[in-house]
Amino acid sequence: MTTIIEMNHLSKSFRTKDGSSVHALDNIDLDVKQGEFISLIGPSGCGKSTLLRIIADLIAPSSGTITVNGKPPRQARQDRDYGFVFQNATLYDWRTVIKNVELPLEIMNYSREQRDHRAREMLAMVELAGFEDKYPWQLSGGMQQRVSIARALAFQPRLLLMDEPFGALDEMTRERMNNELLRIWTEMNEMSVIFVTHSIAEAVYLSTRVVVLSPRPGRIAEIIDIDLPQPRTPETRDSDAYFHLTSRVRYALRGHMASHGFDE
Amino acid sequence: MTASRVPSVPPNTKLPDSRWRTPLLSVVIVLGLALLWEALKAFGASNGYALTLGGLTIDLTLFNDAQLPHLSDIARAFGEPAQRNGEPLYQMLFSAGLYTLSAAIKGFVIGGAIGFVLAVIFTHSSVLQRGMMPYVVASQTVPILAIAPMVVIWMGRAGNVELSVPIITAYLTFFPVTIYTLRGLTNVPPTALELMQTYAASKWAILIKLRLPNALPQIFTALKLAATSSVVGAIIGELPSGIQDGIGIALLNFARYYNQSPPRLFATIFAAGLLGILFFSVIAVIERLVVRWRAEESL
Repeated sequence: MTTIIEMNHLSKSFRTKDGSSVHALDNIDLDVKQGEFISLIGPSGCGKSTLLRIIADLIAPSSGTITVNGKPPRQARQDRDYGFVFQNATLYDWRTVIKNVELPLEIMNYSREQRDHRAREMLAMVELAGFEDKYPWQLSGGMQQRVSIARALAFQPRLLLMDEPFGALDEMTRERMNNELLRIWTEMNEMSVIFVTHSIAEAVYLSTRVVVLSPRPGRIAEIIDIDLPQPRTPETRDSDAYFHLTSRVRYALRGHMASHGFDE
Repeated sequence: MTASRVPSVPPNTKLPDSRWRTPLLSVVIVLGLALLWEALKAFGASNGYALTLGGLTIDLTLFNDAQLPHLSDIARAFGEPAQRNGEPLYQMLFSAGLYTLSAAIKGFVIGGAIGFVLAVIFTHSSVLQRGMMPYVVASQTVPILAIAPMVVIWMGRAGNVELSVPIITAYLTFFPVTIYTLRGLTNVPPTALELMQTYAASKWAILIKLRLPNALPQIFTALKLAATSSVVGAIIGELPSGIQDGIGIALLNFARYYNQSPPRLFATIFAAGLLGILFFSVIAVIERLVVRWRAEESL
């Protein structure tokens, strides 16, 4: 399996207005293989969104190296190697649902027929067929996020970056969206996902590996392999293995080094 | 930008009776003002145009027939000729209004274009913005009454006095368009911009697909301001130019010869106001058609 992201001693500091330094990330070493589903979890301010934005070349690192798809992040961004899903759907009010999904395709110079075909295909995949000509204000929060996901996948990137996409939704909608996302992930062959979240349940349920970050400055506290069987189903949440893994993540978040009594 | 919650009132879906509510309200207000007009006159007349309240005498001659004609007199003046054996006043005002309106529209388009181009330039170059903005603002502090004659003289030398009116008008209209368009173009939600960056979109694509649509509500606010300013600008521009065909000169003449027929001046003032309202309403209608996604009612 190819490595899709390599990070070595990656650090980030911000200079604040009063001249002092905010040390957001400290010495992140992480390799992501193609096809993985990685969750980044940590307390508020631990730098997980910053890390995601460094991968996306929306922020530059202060030191260390990172390659995305074998290239520097800037090149990966210019080659449109990834799709990004924000915490709020960030749909354009003045565009219909289908036109919102077509936005990246317009910029990437797809022909009109290609755009239309592709956008309809993606909307069907997120189960919003029939909503093409609605405006964003007519959709619920969960539906808007589904449009946002359809848009992120419209140009078939190999990498999907998601910044707490379901954070603003209620728990029931969030669980439903988790299942939707897993279904979509399996439909898109060999797609890698980096998923930033606050929710331990979500991280364990969705991922192949969970990366736990410490409070600021964000360091990798632990990387936990989630060896739950695929495909994950709602029943997975009832299993003992699931419970043990969420406990391990919780302990890692609290700063206890895990494994004590949990590695059988 | 879209929040995650669903707004409780969908935008722009009109219930049947609320479509009539606004025009009905306008009519009621106009009737109310007309009533107030005549009521004040009646009050003044019945008190001999002077009111004594506890030792103080208030002069009410403002309400007499010379200073504030009856609305019926004003209405009659529309039907009568302004010049001996000439056409009825309403006809004269109509063609004068048309003339002034065409100059106003020309100035509106020129000023709007300049304002728009400036806003786009300032959006993409903060250096130019910081450098030029003080001069843009300063240009508006010079009174238009001082600039107008200068422009007339220059245009006279260039052999095209008529063009001076649109130029003076453009001078008034470009400023609100610059300011509001600039705000609309730059006031973009950060994640909307980041989204474009994840697509490695060019500055041009970002302008056309994000900044411009995002700015449309602000641009229309500016255009509505510019519409009314352009009528004012056109009228003022006519005054020093010696142009006989517009509402500006009509106002000047009827003011000069006020005592011959006070209602005529008022009739002309109403006509000028109507011109401004007309232009404004056209822009407002275009806005309704173009900016269909807007949830709140703007100005």
